[in-house]
Amino acid sequence: MSAFNAIGEEREIDRDEYTPGVEPQPTWCPGCGDFGVLKALKQALPEVGKTPEEVLTVTGIGCSGKLNSYLDTYGFHTIHGRSLPVARAAKLANPELEVVAAGGDGDGYGIGGNHWIHTARENHDITYIVFNNEIFGLTKGQTSPTSPKGHKSKTQPSGSAKTPLRPLSMSLNAGASYVARTAAVNPNQAKEIIKEAIEHDGFAHIDFLTQCPTWNKDARQYVPYVDVQESDDYDFDVTDRREAAEMMYETESALYDGTVLTGRYYVDEDRPSYQEEKSAVGELPDQPLAERYFDDDAEWERSYDLLDRHK
Amino acid sequence: MSDDELIWRIAGGSGDGIDSTSQNFAKALMRSGLHVFTHRHYPSRIRGGHTYVEIRAAGHEVQSRGDGYNFLLALGDSFARNPQEEAYYGNEEIKPLSENLDDLREGGVIVYDEGLLSEEDVAELDLEKRAKENGWHVYPVDLRSLAKEHGREVMRNTAGVGVTAGLLEMDLEHIEDLMEDAMSGDVLEANLEILHEAYEMVGDEIEVEHDLRIPTGEHETEQALLSGSNAIAYGAIDGGCRFIAGYPMTPWTDVFTILSQNFPDMGGVSEQVEDEIAAAALAVGASHAGAKAMSGSSGGGFALMSEPLGLAEMTETPIVLVESMRAGPSTGMPTKPEQGDLEFVLYTSQGDSSRVVFAPGNIEEAYEQTRLAFHIAWEYQIPTILIYDQKLSGENTNVDVEFFDREPEPDLGSTLTEEELREAAHDASGKFHRFEYEPDNDKHVSPRSLPGQKGGRYLATGNEHSPVGHISEDPDNRVYQMDRRIGKLEAIREELDEEHESNQTYFGDETAEYGIITWGSSQGAVVEAVSRLNESGHSVKGLSVSDMMPFPEAEVEEFLESVDEAMVVEMNATAQFRGLIQKELGRFGDRMTSLLKYNGNPFEPAEVVEGYEVNIADEDREPTAQVRIEPAAGD
Ligand SMILES: Cc1ncc(C[n+]2csc(CCOP(=O)(O)OP(=O)(O)O)c2C)c(N)n1
Ligand code: SF4
Repeated sequence: MSAFNAIGEEREIDRDEYTPGVEPQPTWCPGCGDFGVLKALKQALPEVGKTPEEVLTVTGIGCSGKLNSYLDTYGFHTIHGRSLPVARAAKLANPELEVVAAGGDGDGYGIGGNHWIHTARENHDITYIVFNNEIFGLTKGQTSPTSPKGHKSKTQPSGSAKTPLRPLSMSLNAGASYVARTAAVNPNQAKEIIKEAIEHDGFAHIDFLTQCPTWNKDARQYVPYVDVQESDDYDFDVTDRREAAEMMYETESALYDGTVLTGRYYVDEDRPSYQEEKSAVGELPDQPLAERYFDDDAEWERSYDLLDRHK
Repeated sequence: MSDDELIWRIAGGSGDGIDSTSQNFAKALMRSGLHVFTHRHYPSRIRGGHTYVEIRAAGHEVQSRGDGYNFLLALGDSFARNPQEEAYYGNEEIKPLSENLDDLREGGVIVYDEGLLSEEDVAELDLEKRAKENGWHVYPVDLRSLAKEHGREVMRNTAGVGVTAGLLEMDLEHIEDLMEDAMSGDVLEANLEILHEAYEMVGDEIEVEHDLRIPTGEHETEQALLSGSNAIAYGAIDGGCRFIAGYPMTPWTDVFTILSQNFPDMGGVSEQVEDEIAAAALAVGASHAGAKAMSGSSGGGFALMSEPLGLAEMTETPIVLVESMRAGPSTGMPTKPEQGDLEFVLYTSQGDSSRVVFAPGNIEEAYEQTRLAFHIAWEYQIPTILIYDQKLSGENTNVDVEFFDREPEPDLGSTLTEEELREAAHDASGKFHRFEYEPDNDKHVSPRSLPGQKGGRYLATGNEHSPVGHISEDPDNRVYQMDRRIGKLEAIREELDEEHESNQTYFGDETAEYGIITWGSSQGAVVEAVSRLNESGHSVKGLSVSDMMPFPEAEVEEFLESVDEAMVVEMNATAQFRGLIQKELGRFGDRMTSLLKYNGNPFEPAEVVEGYEVNIADEDREPTAQVRIEPAAGD
């Protein structure tokens, strides 16, 4: 009998299973975009047939990091910027887990930037949702890596001199095999994109536009938005890097001019995930590490056999 | 200083094969029945720079480098290999002869490569005069030409070993065997020829004038020659570790490399990642999902791990970290040992820390305490740190093979199975009460579940949290959780005292009046110093402490109470370990003096003896060695 019976369990899953009991109630501000992510995830997970117990959500610190406090899966609320290394390792230790990492733009693109680039580069088979509200929410409104140039905050009172980071382009260039942008105001698309991302074998990065009405006073609600897949104005091939890159560039520039473009931008089904690559070179065991500890018949090699070379 | 020992120093430029040659020679000495201990000195660079390896070999046990040495093989040049390209490749001249003469004992033997040193070089050294004064026996041999004649110039190391064996009347058998294991074909042929040719030169062309011979000895059981890094890596394997993440940094890289090379064959996972924050965070993630995981670094890299270390404490995720010290602050001296990170490792990371810290003092302790670190971490759900240094990491010594013959311990400790989870406490929404323990559980541990298990759902968080894992700032809950986490240390102390043999090592005469206390890799030099002091009529005993947190209060107190005075020996400038003793015991400040060394080289036994004589036996003189004495706090 497996030690992880929740994994691969097939049954009808009720959305409410993902909602904790009475406690804790979300502490997000009214109108916060984070509610949109929570809702989309709660809808997407049962639709892809995942039970709450086979999903591990790993978050960073920030308003966004509270996501798994309100989502009843296995969860690990880590530290600021470090969700990805924790998530990656959990997936390596037990590749059968469905691992979803999440955090804010400060968390993921700022302090955790290095981890993000390398997780994308290695194409780990995890889903990464970044709540992009162009601001630090939890620490009360400081400028973030995606805040527009000229953005005034208490720590940049004369307006930020920095050009905002381009998360979609960065992820593509770093090696992510699935890159999309969606928005809290677009619940159906958000759900569909999350479903695709979870089912994608490789690093799936979703830049999720979430408004912060509290600190981003002139917060764009990201409406009206345009779904690039639905619109006749945009025609590009999501499997073509070059076309995807151009589309991303346009999308990222347009956002700061007030045009919100969302959709899937790059999907590479052919690139093997890191787990597959590592298996191929013989550096990832067939059996999940975690499983092996419960397996009474498992062979545990011991160091004694290595001593020959020291004699 | 016994005469029945050989301390052979091979010196040259780094990158000249000094390391592999000495490794093989040490093994040959071990195979011929001797106890060996190696000490490696190298500069922080890839090529060039003066380097040496010392092998101490004797018929009796040796636990430390000796004082000085009695056989010098000076070879290697590290000149630019291509004279035209000196500007790019460097043209530094290494002087293995002149740079090594200071520590050569009276009556010692010198073999130097005539092919690499010009007559002027030698004349400049005034070698003849110094040799006469010190009773040295000097044998210039053209090793380079000999090597060139039968093979290639780089094989002059082999020629040097051949001459050494000839001069010491040592059997070639073991050296030949090792060469046959390591090489084949033409290379092997050439090396064997060079070895024999050089060996036979002694007697034929070289007239032997010295008395030094290979010591004799016999091992009753089979021996293995291995380093502290080997011992830690093997302890981890036997402790069930199958996940390691790291980022290279000397000297931690050794453990990382050994495990990375072995894990693919034993179903383990090794990850080299983007930085040390990630490395430790990966260990946390892997452990959370059910692997016995480890990470580590040296000072600077460990600094970055302080965050994930705290996360492991707060979420009660078991991990093992190793901290292989080198001289600091900052990048410090990358290839030099120091015991300067103790306070850093004990207290780094925010909040009241609850971690376990072990400091093994020799190779056997390194293996044993690594196994124990895994056991304690998983049983108590707490991060465990092994702190050691560049010295222990790199020194090789022979250990009875049987010592390692133990069953692996892959047990995940206090982790529940699904059947057990069914019986456990849950709240209405089905969440498992992960952070709650039954009141009669005096281990202060609440068993955990793993993601993917049925009935084990919970939230782990680095924020303070309720029994279910919800973020909570409730004052009562805070005190309950804090007490529970901190309480583990007391429970661990009890387990260490009751169920295991003490991690502390005692030596010398139990009834002695004076004590020497040390920790970590300084142990070997102190053990030897204590026995020498006793032989010369002093009354001294020693204690080497390994448990840094939780501290073995009772044992150290008992030791200090039993002596009039004690000297604390450690390799740092601020007496960090002595400070820890005073902090933990709250007294004895006036009973302890410190002997400190922080010049990048480990203690030699004679320095400890000298420290004792000046310090405790009150001989009226300043110590001559590069050590510092810090008087007792009550003085
Ligand atoms: C190491 C560290 N630095 C700083 C902080 C303080 N901090 C908490 S949340 C946060 C910024 C969060 O911004 P973002 O990631 O954009 O998330 P949001 O709150 O907007 O969802 C910062 C700086 C911290 N907790 N840890
Ligand atoms: S501060 Fe902004 S991001 Fe945070 S909860 Fe409030 S609205 Fe949301």
